[in-house]
Amino acid sequence: MSRRHVLDFERPIYELEQKVDELERFGRLNDVDVDEGLERLQEQIDVAKKEVYQNLSPWQRVQLARHIERPYTLDYIERICTDFLELNGDRHFSNDEALVGGFARIGDRRVMIIGQQKGRNPEDRQRRHHGSMLPEGYRKALRLMKLADKARLPIISLIDTQGAFPGIDSEERHIGEAIAVNLREMFTLNVPVIVIVIGEGGSGGALGIGVGNRVLLMENSYYSVITPEGCAAILWKDANAKEQAAEALKLTGHDLLELELIDGIIHEPEGGANQDYDAAATAIKTAILEQLQQFDGKSADELRAERYEKFRRLGTIAE
Amino acid sequence: MAPLFKKPKYSTIKGVTTKKEIPEGLWLKCESCNEVVHKDDLESNLNVCPKCDFHNPITWQERVELLTDSGSFKPQDVDMSSVDPLKFTGTASYKDKIAENQTKSGIRDAVVCGAATLDERPFALGVMEFRFLGASMGSVVGEKVTRLAELATDRRVPLVLVTASGGARMYEGLYSLMQMAKTSGAVGRHHGAGLPYIVIMSHPTTGGVTASFASLGDIIMAEPGALIGFAGPRVIKQTTQATLPEGFQTAEFLKSKGFIDRIVARKNLRQELSLLLGYLS
Repeated sequence: MSRRHVLDFERPIYELEQKVDELERFGRLNDVDVDEGLERLQEQIDVAKKEVYQNLSPWQRVQLARHIERPYTLDYIERICTDFLELNGDRHFSNDEALVGGFARIGDRRVMIIGQQKGRNPEDRQRRHHGSMLPEGYRKALRLMKLADKARLPIISLIDTQGAFPGIDSEERHIGEAIAVNLREMFTLNVPVIVIVIGEGGSGGALGIGVGNRVLLMENSYYSVITPEGCAAILWKDANAKEQAAEALKLTGHDLLELELIDGIIHEPEGGANQDYDAAATAIKTAILEQLQQFDGKSADELRAERYEKFRRLGTIAE
Repeated sequence: MAPLFKKPKYSTIKGVTTKKEIPEGLWLKCESCNEVVHKDDLESNLNVCPKCDFHNPITWQERVELLTDSGSFKPQDVDMSSVDPLKFTGTASYKDKIAENQTKSGIRDAVVCGAATLDERPFALGVMEFRFLGASMGSVVGEKVTRLAELATDRRVPLVLVTASGGARMYEGLYSLMQMAKTSGAVGRHHGAGLPYIVIMSHPTTGGVTASFASLGDIIMAEPGALIGFAGPRVIKQTTQATLPEGFQTAEFLKSKGFIDRIVARKNLRQELSLLLGYLS
Protein backbone atom coordinates (compact mmCIF):
# COMPACT_ATOMS: atom_id res chain seq x y z
CA MET A 1 0.00 0.00 0.00
CA SER A 2 1.39 3.37 -0.93
CA ARG A 3 2.03 5.88 1.78
CA ARG A 4 -0.49 8.71 1.81
CA HIS A 5 -0.69 10.06 5.31
CA VAL A 6 2.69 10.86 6.83
CA LEU A 7 3.16 11.29 10.58
CA ASP A 8 5.56 13.96 11.85
CA PHE A 9 8.25 11.48 12.90
CA GLU A 10 8.08 9.72 9.52
CA ARG A 11 9.21 12.84 7.63
CA PRO A 12 12.85 11.74 7.23
CA ILE A 13 11.68 8.55 5.49
CA TYR A 14 9.14 10.40 3.40
CA GLU A 15 11.72 12.94 2.23
CA LEU A 16 14.03 10.17 1.06
CA GLU A 17 11.16 8.51 -0.75
CA GLN A 18 10.41 11.77 -2.50
CA LYS A 19 14.03 11.93 -3.61
CA VAL A 20 13.64 8.48 -5.12
CA ASP A 21 10.64 9.71 -7.10
CA GLU A 22 12.55 12.76 -8.27
CA LEU A 23 15.57 10.75 -9.29
CA GLU A 24 13.47 8.24 -11.18
CA ARG A 25 11.74 11.08 -13.06
CA PHE A 26 15.06 12.68 -13.83
CA GLY A 27 16.40 9.39 -15.19
CA ARG A 28 13.34 8.87 -17.32
CA LEU A 29 13.28 12.38 -18.75
CA ASN A 30 16.99 12.53 -19.50
CA ASP A 31 17.35 8.88 -20.39
CA VAL A 32 20.27 8.31 -18.03
CA ASP A 33 21.06 5.40 -15.76
CA VAL A 34 20.25 6.36 -12.14
CA ASP A 35 20.32 2.84 -10.69
CA GLU A 36 23.35 3.50 -8.57
CA GLY A 37 21.80 6.59 -7.03
CA LEU A 38 18.53 4.79 -6.43
CA GLU A 39 20.35 1.97 -4.72
CA ARG A 40 22.12 4.39 -2.42
CA LEU A 41 18.85 6.12 -1.59
CA GLN A 42 17.17 2.80 -0.88
CA GLU A 43 19.96 1.97 1.57
CA GLN A 44 19.40 5.30 3.27
CA ILE A 45 15.66 4.61 3.43
CA ASP A 46 16.28 1.22 5.02
CA VAL A 47 18.52 2.82 7.62
CA ALA A 48 16.04 5.62 8.29
CA LYS A 49 13.14 3.16 8.67
CA LYS A 50 15.14 1.07 11.08
CA GLU A 51 16.06 4.15 13.03
CA VAL A 52 12.47 5.41 13.24
CA TYR A 53 10.40 2.26 13.55
CA GLN A 54 12.64 0.35 15.91
CA ASN A 55 12.80 3.21 18.37
CA LEU A 56 9.19 4.30 18.52
CA SER A 57 8.29 6.31 21.60
CA PRO A 58 5.02 5.56 23.40
CA TRP A 59 3.46 8.70 21.93
CA GLN A 60 4.55 7.69 18.42
CA ARG A 61 2.85 4.33 18.91
CA VAL A 62 -0.30 6.17 20.00
CA GLN A 63 -0.07 8.12 16.74
CA LEU A 64 0.26 4.89 14.77
CA ALA A 65 -2.65 3.36 16.70
CA ARG A 66 -4.75 6.34 15.58
CA HIS A 67 -3.38 6.45 12.04
CA ILE A 68 -6.25 7.32 9.73
CA GLU A 69 -5.15 4.58 7.34
CA ARG A 70 -4.87 1.94 10.04
CA PRO A 71 -6.97 -1.16 9.32
CA TYR A 72 -10.21 -1.28 11.30
CA THR A 73 -12.33 -4.20 12.47
CA LEU A 74 -14.17 -4.62 9.16
CA ASP A 75 -10.86 -4.58 7.23
CA TYR A 76 -9.73 -7.54 9.33
CA ILE A 77 -13.05 -9.34 9.12
CA GLU A 78 -12.95 -9.01 5.32
CA ARG A 79 -9.47 -10.57 5.24
CA ILE A 80 -9.58 -13.24 7.94
CA CYS A 81 -13.20 -14.40 7.92
CA THR A 82 -15.36 -16.34 5.53
CA ASP A 83 -19.13 -16.66 5.70
CA PHE A 84 -19.42 -13.53 7.88
CA LEU A 85 -23.04 -13.12 8.91
CA GLU A 86 -23.49 -9.72 10.50
CA LEU A 87 -26.05 -9.40 13.30
CA ASN A 88 -27.55 -6.11 14.44
CA GLY A 89 -29.23 -4.36 17.31
CA ASP A 90 -29.55 -4.60 21.08
CA ARG A 91 -33.25 -5.62 21.00
CA HIS A 92 -34.08 -2.72 23.29
CA PHE A 93 -33.34 0.59 21.69
CA SER A 94 -31.21 0.75 18.58
CA ASN A 95 -28.37 -0.62 16.50
CA ASP A 96 -25.09 1.01 17.47
CA GLU A 97 -22.82 0.78 14.44
CA ALA A 98 -19.75 1.66 16.49
CA LEU A 99 -19.85 -2.05 17.30
CA VAL A 100 -20.10 -4.61 14.54
CA GLY A 101 -20.38 -8.34 15.00
CA GLY A 102 -21.68 -11.63 13.80
CA PHE A 103 -21.02 -15.28 13.09
CA ALA A 104 -17.95 -16.02 11.02
CA ARG A 105 -15.50 -18.69 10.09
CA ILE A 106 -11.78 -18.21 10.64
CA GLY A 107 -9.79 -21.01 9.04
CA ASP A 108 -11.70 -24.13 10.06
CA ARG A 109 -13.12 -22.51 13.21
CA ARG A 110 -16.62 -21.15 13.62
CA VAL A 111 -16.66 -18.12 15.90
CA MET A 112 -18.58 -15.06 17.01
CA ILE A 113 -16.53 -11.99 16.14
CA ILE A 114 -17.32 -8.55 17.50
CA GLY A 115 -15.36 -5.33 17.24
CA GLN A 116 -15.39 -1.59 17.50
CA GLN A 117 -15.51 0.05 14.09
CA LYS A 118 -14.23 3.53 13.35
CA GLY A 119 -15.25 5.36 10.22
CA ARG A 120 -13.20 5.71 7.06
CA ASN A 121 -14.84 8.92 5.80
CA PRO A 122 -16.63 11.80 7.57
CA GLU A 123 -20.09 10.33 7.00
CA ASP A 124 -19.08 6.87 8.18
CA ARG A 125 -17.24 8.34 11.13
CA GLN A 126 -20.30 10.24 12.27
CA ARG A 127 -22.57 7.24 11.88
CA ARG A 128 -20.25 5.11 13.98
CA HIS A 129 -19.10 7.83 16.40
CA HIS A 130 -15.62 6.85 15.28
CA GLY A 131 -15.81 3.63 17.29
CA SER A 132 -17.06 5.22 20.51
CA MET A 133 -19.96 3.07 21.62
CA LEU A 134 -23.26 4.13 23.13
CA PRO A 135 -25.00 2.08 25.84
CA GLU A 136 -26.93 0.19 23.17
CA GLY A 137 -23.61 -0.82 21.64
CA TYR A 138 -22.50 -2.55 24.85
CA ARG A 139 -25.91 -4.21 25.12
CA LYS A 140 -25.68 -5.35 21.50
CA ALA A 141 -22.22 -6.75 22.19
CA LEU A 142 -23.51 -8.65 25.21
CA ARG A 143 -26.44 -10.02 23.22
CA LEU A 144 -24.07 -11.40 20.61
CA MET A 145 -21.75 -12.84 23.24
CA LYS A 146 -24.65 -14.58 25.00
CA LEU A 147 -25.69 -15.94 21.63
CA ALA A 148 -22.19 -17.32 21.11
CA ASP A 149 -22.42 -18.88 24.55
CA LYS A 150 -25.63 -20.62 23.53
CA ALA A 151 -24.12 -21.81 20.26
CA ARG A 152 -20.92 -22.88 22.09
CA LEU A 153 -18.79 -20.74 19.80
CA PRO A 154 -15.61 -18.97 20.88
CA ILE A 155 -15.74 -15.17 20.97
CA ILE A 156 -13.21 -12.92 19.25
CA SER A 157 -13.42 -9.32 20.46
CA LEU A 158 -11.50 -6.60 18.62
CA ILE A 159 -10.94 -3.36 20.52
CA ASP A 160 -10.42 -0.05 18.76
CA THR A 161 -11.89 2.93 20.59
CA GLN A 162 -10.80 6.11 22.24
CA GLY A 163 -13.50 5.46 24.85
CA ALA A 164 -17.23 5.10 25.30
CA PHE A 165 -19.20 7.91 23.68
CA PRO A 166 -19.41 10.89 26.05
CA GLY A 167 -22.81 12.36 25.31
CA ILE A 168 -26.09 13.36 26.89
CA ASP A 169 -27.86 10.34 25.39
CA SER A 170 -25.10 8.06 26.63
CA GLU A 171 -25.64 9.19 30.21
CA GLU A 172 -29.43 9.18 29.88
CA ARG A 173 -29.35 5.54 28.87
CA HIS A 174 -26.79 4.66 31.55
CA ILE A 175 -23.52 4.01 29.81
CA GLY A 176 -21.93 3.18 33.18
CA GLU A 177 -24.48 0.45 33.82
CA ALA A 178 -24.13 -0.94 30.30
CA ILE A 179 -20.37 -1.33 30.70
CA ALA A 180 -20.64 -2.67 34.26
CA VAL A 181 -23.12 -5.35 33.24
CA ASN A 182 -20.83 -6.46 30.41
CA LEU A 183 -17.92 -6.75 32.84
CA ARG A 184 -20.00 -8.88 35.18
CA GLU A 185 -21.55 -11.04 32.50
CA MET A 186 -18.39 -11.68 30.48
CA PHE A 187 -17.08 -13.62 33.49
CA THR A 188 -20.00 -16.02 33.16
CA LEU A 189 -19.42 -17.00 29.51
CA ASN A 190 -18.80 -20.71 28.98
CA VAL A 191 -16.71 -20.31 25.82
CA PRO A 192 -13.17 -19.03 25.20
CA VAL A 193 -12.96 -15.26 24.79
CA ILE A 194 -9.99 -13.83 22.88
CA VAL A 195 -9.56 -10.07 23.11
CA ILE A 196 -7.26 -8.20 20.73
CA VAL A 197 -6.60 -4.47 20.89
CA ILE A 198 -6.09 -3.60 17.21
CA GLY A 199 -5.71 0.17 17.62
CA GLU A 200 -6.85 2.25 20.53
CA GLY A 201 -7.67 0.62 23.86
CA GLY A 202 -9.38 3.57 25.47
CA SER A 203 -10.38 3.10 29.09
CA GLY A 204 -13.72 1.68 30.26
CA GLY A 205 -15.08 1.92 26.73
CA ALA A 206 -12.48 -0.64 25.65
CA LEU A 207 -12.75 -2.86 28.72
CA GLY A 208 -16.52 -3.07 28.23
CA ILE A 209 -15.88 -5.72 25.58
CA GLY A 210 -12.51 -6.73 26.99
CA VAL A 211 -12.90 -9.42 29.66
CA GLY A 212 -11.15 -12.31 27.93
CA ASN A 213 -9.28 -15.52 28.64
CA ARG A 214 -6.53 -13.92 26.60
CA VAL A 215 -5.82 -10.25 26.00
CA LEU A 216 -3.41 -9.45 23.17
CA LEU A 217 -2.19 -6.18 21.72
CA MET A 218 -1.20 -5.41 18.17
CA GLU A 219 2.35 -4.08 18.31
CA ASN A 220 1.38 -0.47 17.57
CA SER A 221 -1.76 -0.26 19.63
CA TYR A 222 -2.15 1.07 23.13
CA TYR A 223 -4.29 0.22 26.13
CA SER A 224 -4.76 2.86 28.79
CA VAL A 225 -6.91 4.02 31.66
CA ILE A 226 -7.05 7.50 30.07
CA THR A 227 -5.86 9.12 26.84
CA PRO A 228 -2.42 10.73 27.06
CA GLU A 229 -4.07 14.09 26.34
CA GLY A 230 -6.59 13.62 29.14
CA CYS A 231 -3.89 12.60 31.59
CA ALA A 232 -1.71 15.54 30.55
CA ALA A 233 -4.58 17.98 31.00
CA ILE A 234 -5.33 16.70 34.50
CA LEU A 235 -1.88 15.99 35.94
CA TRP A 236 0.28 18.46 34.01
CA LYS A 237 -2.51 21.02 33.50
CA ASP A 238 -1.21 21.14 29.94
CA ALA A 239 -2.49 19.02 27.06
CA ASN A 240 0.86 19.50 25.33
CA ALA A 241 2.45 17.25 27.93
CA LYS A 242 0.84 14.28 26.13
CA GLU A 243 4.24 12.79 25.23
CA GLN A 244 5.33 12.67 28.88
CA ALA A 245 1.89 11.36 29.84
CA ALA A 246 2.09 8.59 27.21
CA GLU A 247 5.47 7.63 28.64
CA ALA A 248 4.29 7.69 32.28
CA LEU A 249 1.09 5.71 31.68
CA LYS A 250 3.00 2.62 30.40
CA LEU A 251 0.41 2.05 27.72
CA THR A 252 2.37 0.21 25.01
CA GLY A 253 2.26 -3.51 24.42
CA HIS A 254 5.86 -3.94 25.50
CA ASP A 255 5.33 -2.14 28.81
CA LEU A 256 2.05 -3.91 29.52
CA LEU A 257 3.54 -7.31 28.76
CA GLU A 258 6.37 -6.61 31.16
CA LEU A 259 3.84 -5.62 33.83
CA GLU A 260 1.97 -8.88 33.06
CA LEU A 261 -1.20 -6.95 32.31
CA ILE A 262 -1.58 -8.53 28.88
CA ASP A 263 -0.78 -11.97 27.45
CA GLY A 264 1.00 -11.19 24.22
CA ILE A 265 1.86 -8.90 21.35
CA ILE A 266 1.00 -9.46 17.69
CA HIS A 267 3.80 -8.34 15.41
CA GLU A 268 2.94 -5.76 12.74
CA PRO A 269 4.52 -5.08 9.35
CA GLU A 270 7.33 -2.50 9.41
CA GLY A 271 5.91 0.98 9.80
CA GLY A 272 2.61 -0.28 11.18
CA ALA A 273 -0.44 -2.23 10.08
CA ASN A 274 -1.43 0.69 7.84
CA GLN A 275 1.51 -0.19 5.53
CA ASP A 276 0.23 -3.65 4.69
CA TYR A 277 -3.33 -4.69 5.56
CA ASP A 278 -2.90 -8.23 4.29
CA ALA A 279 0.22 -8.90 6.32
CA ALA A 280 -1.41 -7.44 9.44
CA ALA A 281 -4.50 -9.57 8.85
CA THR A 282 -2.43 -12.72 8.43
CA ALA A 283 -0.65 -11.99 11.71
CA ILE A 284 -3.97 -11.58 13.54
CA LYS A 285 -5.45 -14.68 11.98
CA THR A 286 -2.43 -16.77 12.94
CA ALA A 287 -2.59 -15.45 16.51
CA ILE A 288 -6.32 -16.18 16.84
CA LEU A 289 -5.96 -19.74 15.58
CA GLU A 290 -2.97 -20.36 17.84
CA GLN A 291 -4.86 -19.06 20.85
CA LEU A 292 -8.04 -20.99 20.13
CA GLN A 293 -6.08 -24.21 19.93
CA GLN A 294 -4.94 -23.71 23.51
CA PHE A 295 -8.54 -23.94 24.71
CA ASP A 296 -9.45 -27.13 22.91
CA GLY A 297 -10.77 -29.70 25.34
CA LYS A 298 -11.26 -27.25 28.21
CA SER A 299 -14.55 -27.46 30.05
CA ALA A 300 -16.88 -24.51 30.56
CA ASP A 301 -15.99 -24.53 34.27
CA GLU A 302 -12.29 -24.33 33.49
CA LEU A 303 -12.79 -21.52 30.99
CA ARG A 304 -14.82 -19.45 33.45
CA ALA A 305 -12.49 -20.13 36.36
CA GLU A 306 -9.37 -19.28 34.35
CA ARG A 307 -10.90 -16.02 33.13
CA TYR A 308 -11.91 -15.06 36.66
CA GLU A 309 -8.51 -15.90 38.15
CA LYS A 310 -6.73 -13.97 35.42
CA PHE A 311 -8.46 -10.73 36.42
CA ARG A 312 -8.70 -11.57 40.14
CA ARG A 313 -4.94 -11.39 40.54
CA LEU A 314 -4.49 -8.04 38.72
CA GLY A 315 -3.37 -5.26 41.02
CA THR A 316 -0.35 -4.29 43.08
CA ILE A 317 -0.73 -3.76 46.80
CA ALA A 318 1.28 -3.79 49.99
CA GLU A 319 -0.16 -5.18 53.22
CA MET B 1 -28.01 12.27 71.03
CA ALA B 2 -24.38 13.31 70.95
CA PRO B 3 -23.37 15.35 67.92
CA LEU B 4 -22.75 12.86 65.15
CA PHE B 5 -20.36 14.99 63.19
CA LYS B 6 -17.46 16.89 64.53
CA LYS B 7 -15.34 18.19 61.71
CA PRO B 8 -16.22 21.05 59.39
CA LYS B 9 -16.75 19.79 55.88
CA TYR B 10 -17.37 23.15 54.31
CA SER B 11 -14.55 25.32 53.14
CA THR B 12 -13.88 28.29 55.32
CA ILE B 13 -14.61 31.53 53.54
CA LYS B 14 -11.81 34.01 53.66
CA GLY B 15 -13.80 37.22 53.83
CA VAL B 16 -15.69 36.20 56.93
CA THR B 17 -12.84 34.83 59.01
CA THR B 18 -10.90 38.07 58.81
CA LYS B 19 -13.61 39.89 60.77
CA LYS B 20 -12.40 39.81 64.33
CA GLU B 21 -15.77 39.31 65.99
CA ILE B 22 -16.29 35.98 64.24
CA PRO B 23 -13.99 33.21 65.46
CA GLU B 24 -12.19 31.40 62.65
CA GLY B 25 -13.95 28.41 61.08
CA LEU B 26 -17.36 28.94 62.68
CA TRP B 27 -19.02 30.15 59.51
CA LEU B 28 -18.85 28.02 56.42
CA LYS B 29 -19.98 28.34 52.83
CA CYS B 30 -22.14 25.66 51.20
CA GLU B 31 -20.43 24.41 48.06
CA SER B 32 -23.79 24.11 46.32
CA CYS B 33 -25.78 27.28 47.14
CA ASN B 34 -22.88 29.44 48.40
CA GLU B 35 -24.91 30.49 51.42
CA VAL B 36 -23.03 31.12 54.65
CA VAL B 37 -24.02 28.58 57.28
CA HIS B 38 -23.06 28.24 60.93
CA LYS B 39 -20.93 25.20 61.63
CA ASP B 40 -23.19 23.99 64.44
CA ASP B 41 -26.27 24.16 62.21
CA LEU B 42 -24.52 21.95 59.71
CA GLU B 43 -23.28 19.43 62.21
CA SER B 44 -26.63 19.03 63.85
CA ASN B 45 -28.06 18.45 60.36
CA LEU B 46 -25.76 15.55 59.31
CA ASN B 47 -23.74 17.94 57.18
CA VAL B 48 -26.74 18.68 55.00
CA CYS B 49 -27.08 22.36 54.13
CA PRO B 50 -30.11 23.75 56.03
CA LYS B 51 -30.59 26.38 53.29
CA CYS B 52 -30.56 24.24 50.11
CA ASP B 53 -30.58 20.64 51.37
CA PHE B 54 -27.33 19.83 49.60
CA HIS B 55 -25.81 16.63 51.00
CA ASN B 56 -22.16 17.41 51.55
CA PRO B 57 -19.67 14.55 51.79
CA ILE B 58 -19.20 13.08 55.26
CA THR B 59 -16.29 11.06 56.58
CA TRP B 60 -16.24 7.28 56.60
CA GLN B 61 -16.52 7.26 60.40
CA GLU B 62 -19.65 9.35 60.23
CA ARG B 63 -21.07 7.09 57.55
CA VAL B 64 -20.35 3.95 59.55
CA GLU B 65 -21.94 5.50 62.63
CA LEU B 66 -24.97 6.44 60.56
CA LEU B 67 -25.51 2.98 59.05
CA THR B 68 -24.47 0.40 61.63
CA ASP B 69 -25.15 -0.75 65.18
CA SER B 70 -22.75 0.99 67.50
CA GLY B 71 -19.48 -0.93 67.78
CA SER B 72 -20.54 -3.62 65.29
CA PHE B 73 -18.29 -2.56 62.41
CA LYS B 74 -15.22 -4.81 62.07
CA PRO B 75 -12.93 -3.28 59.45
CA GLN B 76 -10.74 -5.59 57.39
CA ASP B 77 -7.56 -5.01 55.34
CA VAL B 78 -6.96 -1.74 57.18
CA ASP B 79 -3.22 -1.78 56.46
CA MET B 80 -3.51 -2.45 52.75
CA SER B 81 -1.68 0.29 50.92
CA SER B 82 -0.92 1.38 47.37
CA VAL B 83 2.45 0.81 45.80
CA ASP B 84 3.67 2.71 42.78
CA PRO B 85 3.64 -0.01 40.10
CA LEU B 86 4.41 2.28 37.17
CA LYS B 87 6.94 4.39 39.10
CA PHE B 88 4.78 7.19 37.85
CA THR B 89 6.74 10.20 36.83
CA GLY B 90 4.74 13.35 36.41
CA THR B 91 4.45 16.73 38.01
CA ALA B 92 4.21 15.10 41.43
CA SER B 93 5.25 11.62 42.50
CA TYR B 94 2.46 9.15 43.24
CA LYS B 95 4.28 7.98 46.37
CA ASP B 96 4.25 11.51 47.79
CA LYS B 97 0.55 11.89 46.95
CA ILE B 98 -0.26 8.68 48.77
CA ALA B 99 1.78 9.63 51.84
CA GLU B 100 0.21 13.08 51.94
CA ASN B 101 -3.33 11.67 51.70
CA GLN B 102 -2.66 9.00 54.32
CA THR B 103 -1.51 11.63 56.78
CA LYS B 104 -4.41 13.94 55.96
CA SER B 105 -7.13 11.28 56.19
CA GLY B 106 -5.78 8.83 58.74
CA ILE B 107 -6.59 5.90 56.45
CA ARG B 108 -4.37 3.96 54.01
CA ASP B 109 -6.53 4.31 50.89
CA ALA B 110 -9.91 5.50 49.64
CA VAL B 111 -12.25 2.78 50.88
CA VAL B 112 -13.01 1.29 54.29
CA CYS B 113 -14.57 -2.17 54.34
CA GLY B 114 -15.77 -4.59 56.94
CA ALA B 115 -18.51 -6.71 58.47
CA ALA B 116 -21.22 -4.94 60.43
CA THR B 117 -24.76 -5.24 61.70
CA LEU B 118 -27.74 -2.92 61.53
CA ASP B 119 -30.61 -3.66 63.89
CA GLU B 120 -28.73 -6.90 64.49
CA ARG B 121 -28.87 -8.00 60.86
CA PRO B 122 -25.37 -8.85 59.57
CA PHE B 123 -24.08 -7.38 56.32
CA ALA B 124 -20.84 -6.40 54.60
CA LEU B 125 -20.24 -2.67 54.35
CA GLY B 126 -17.84 -0.66 52.19
CA VAL B 127 -17.59 3.13 52.42
CA MET B 128 -15.61 5.20 49.96
CA GLU B 129 -13.80 8.23 51.34
CA PHE B 130 -13.78 11.12 48.89
CA ARG B 131 -11.14 13.03 50.84
CA PHE B 132 -8.57 10.41 49.87
CA LEU B 133 -7.42 11.36 46.35
CA GLY B 134 -11.02 11.94 45.27
CA ALA B 135 -11.80 8.30 46.14
CA SER B 136 -10.22 7.28 42.88
CA MET B 137 -10.04 3.53 42.27
CA GLY B 138 -6.60 1.98 42.13
CA SER B 139 -5.43 -1.49 43.08
CA VAL B 140 -6.21 -1.09 46.79
CA VAL B 141 -9.79 0.10 46.31
CA GLY B 142 -10.30 -2.68 43.75
CA GLU B 143 -8.82 -5.36 45.99
CA LYS B 144 -10.67 -4.26 49.12
CA VAL B 145 -14.05 -4.06 47.39
CA THR B 146 -13.36 -7.48 45.84
CA ARG B 147 -12.48 -9.01 49.23
CA LEU B 148 -15.56 -7.43 50.77
CA ALA B 149 -17.75 -9.02 48.08
CA GLU B 150 -15.98 -12.34 48.74
CA LEU B 151 -16.59 -11.98 52.48
CA ALA B 152 -20.27 -11.29 51.84
CA THR B 153 -20.46 -14.33 49.54
CA ASP B 154 -18.71 -16.61 52.05
CA ARG B 155 -20.90 -15.50 54.93
CA ARG B 156 -24.01 -15.37 52.75
CA VAL B 157 -24.88 -11.82 53.84
CA PRO B 158 -26.03 -8.75 51.91
CA LEU B 159 -23.39 -6.44 50.44
CA VAL B 160 -23.77 -2.68 50.92
CA LEU B 161 -21.52 -0.13 49.28
CA VAL B 162 -21.61 3.61 49.82
CA THR B 163 -19.96 5.01 46.74
CA ALA B 164 -18.18 8.24 45.91
CA SER B 165 -15.42 8.54 43.35
CA GLY B 166 -13.77 10.82 40.87
CA GLY B 167 -13.01 7.77 38.71
CA ALA B 168 -10.01 5.59 38.03
CA ARG B 169 -6.63 6.38 39.57
CA MET B 170 -4.46 7.50 36.66
CA TYR B 171 -1.22 6.97 38.57
CA GLU B 172 -1.71 3.21 38.43
CA GLY B 173 -2.44 3.15 34.70
CA LEU B 174 -3.99 -0.04 33.36
CA TYR B 175 -3.90 -1.67 36.81
CA SER B 176 -6.60 0.83 37.79
CA LEU B 177 -8.73 0.03 34.76
CA MET B 178 -8.53 -3.68 35.51
CA GLN B 179 -10.04 -3.10 38.96
CA MET B 180 -13.32 -2.38 37.18
CA ALA B 181 -13.34 -5.92 35.80
CA LYS B 182 -12.13 -7.49 39.04
CA THR B 183 -14.72 -5.83 41.27
CA SER B 184 -17.54 -6.49 38.79
CA GLY B 185 -16.55 -10.16 38.64
CA ALA B 186 -16.57 -10.47 42.44
CA VAL B 187 -19.89 -8.68 42.78
CA GLY B 188 -21.12 -10.99 40.01
CA ARG B 189 -20.23 -14.07 42.09
CA HIS B 190 -22.14 -12.62 45.04
CA HIS B 191 -25.06 -12.02 42.68
CA GLY B 192 -24.72 -15.55 41.30
CA ALA B 193 -24.99 -16.93 44.83
CA GLY B 194 -28.44 -15.31 45.05
CA LEU B 195 -27.40 -12.67 47.57
CA PRO B 196 -28.64 -9.06 47.68
CA TYR B 197 -26.48 -6.07 46.89
CA ILE B 198 -27.41 -2.51 47.84
CA VAL B 199 -25.61 0.58 46.51
CA ILE B 200 -25.92 3.98 48.12
CA MET B 201 -24.54 6.60 45.76
CA SER B 202 -23.22 9.74 47.41
CA HIS B 203 -21.87 12.91 45.88
CA PRO B 204 -20.05 12.52 43.53
CA THR B 205 -20.01 9.02 41.98
CA THR B 206 -18.40 9.07 38.55
CA GLY B 207 -16.06 7.39 36.06
CA GLY B 208 -14.78 3.85 36.44
CA VAL B 209 -16.64 3.26 39.70
CA THR B 210 -19.94 4.15 38.02
CA ALA B 211 -19.01 1.85 35.13
CA SER B 212 -18.35 -1.10 37.43
CA PHE B 213 -19.53 -2.19 40.88
CA ALA B 214 -21.53 0.97 41.71
CA SER B 215 -24.00 0.33 38.88
CA LEU B 216 -24.58 -3.33 39.69
CA GLY B 217 -26.73 -3.05 42.82
CA ASP B 218 -30.04 -4.89 43.03
CA ILE B 219 -31.14 -1.72 44.76
CA ILE B 220 -29.54 1.60 43.89
CA MET B 221 -30.23 4.50 46.22
CA ALA B 222 -28.77 7.98 46.03
CA GLU B 223 -28.50 11.00 48.27
CA PRO B 224 -30.34 14.13 47.07
CA GLY B 225 -28.44 16.26 44.59
CA ALA B 226 -25.56 13.81 44.20
CA LEU B 227 -23.64 14.09 40.93
CA ILE B 228 -23.73 10.68 39.27
CA GLY B 229 -22.38 9.81 35.85
CA PHE B 230 -19.72 8.15 33.75
CA ALA B 231 -18.19 10.95 31.66
CA GLY B 232 -17.66 14.35 33.24
CA PRO B 233 -20.03 17.15 32.19
CA ARG B 234 -17.13 19.21 30.83
CA VAL B 235 -16.00 16.40 28.51
CA ILE B 236 -19.56 15.87 27.28
CA LYS B 237 -19.95 19.57 26.57
CA GLN B 238 -16.65 19.69 24.71
CA THR B 239 -17.30 16.58 22.63
CA THR B 240 -20.90 17.18 21.67
CA GLN B 241 -21.05 21.00 21.76
CA ALA B 242 -24.48 20.50 23.30
CA THR B 243 -26.18 22.47 26.04
CA LEU B 244 -26.60 20.19 29.01
CA PRO B 245 -30.16 19.86 30.29
CA GLU B 246 -31.14 21.31 33.66
CA GLY B 247 -30.11 19.03 36.49
CA PHE B 248 -28.14 16.75 34.14
CA GLN B 249 -26.33 13.91 35.96
CA THR B 250 -27.97 14.58 39.30
CA ALA B 251 -29.54 11.80 41.33
CA GLU B 252 -32.98 13.26 40.55
CA PHE B 253 -32.27 13.32 36.80
CA LEU B 254 -31.13 9.70 36.87
CA LYS B 255 -34.14 8.61 38.87
CA SER B 256 -36.41 10.11 36.22
CA LYS B 257 -34.39 8.19 33.60
CA GLY B 258 -34.96 4.91 35.40
CA PHE B 259 -31.56 4.25 36.91
CA ILE B 260 -32.14 4.91 40.61
CA ASP B 261 -34.67 3.22 42.87
CA ARG B 262 -34.89 5.81 45.59
CA ILE B 263 -33.50 9.17 46.55
CA VAL B 264 -33.05 9.13 50.29
CA ALA B 265 -32.35 12.07 52.56
CA ARG B 266 -29.44 11.38 54.87
CA LYS B 267 -31.61 11.61 57.97
CA ASN B 268 -33.73 8.71 56.66
CA LEU B 269 -30.92 6.57 55.33
CA ARG B 270 -30.43 4.38 58.39
CA GLN B 271 -34.09 3.54 58.66
CA GLU B 272 -34.43 2.81 54.94
CA LEU B 273 -31.36 0.59 54.89
CA SER B 274 -32.70 -1.32 57.87
CA LEU B 275 -36.06 -1.81 56.13
CA LEU B 276 -34.35 -2.97 52.95
CA LEU B 277 -32.12 -5.42 54.79
CA GLY B 278 -35.28 -6.75 56.39
CA TYR B 279 -36.96 -7.30 53.04
CA LEU B 280 -33.87 -8.79 51.45
CA SER B 281 -32.34 -10.89 54.23
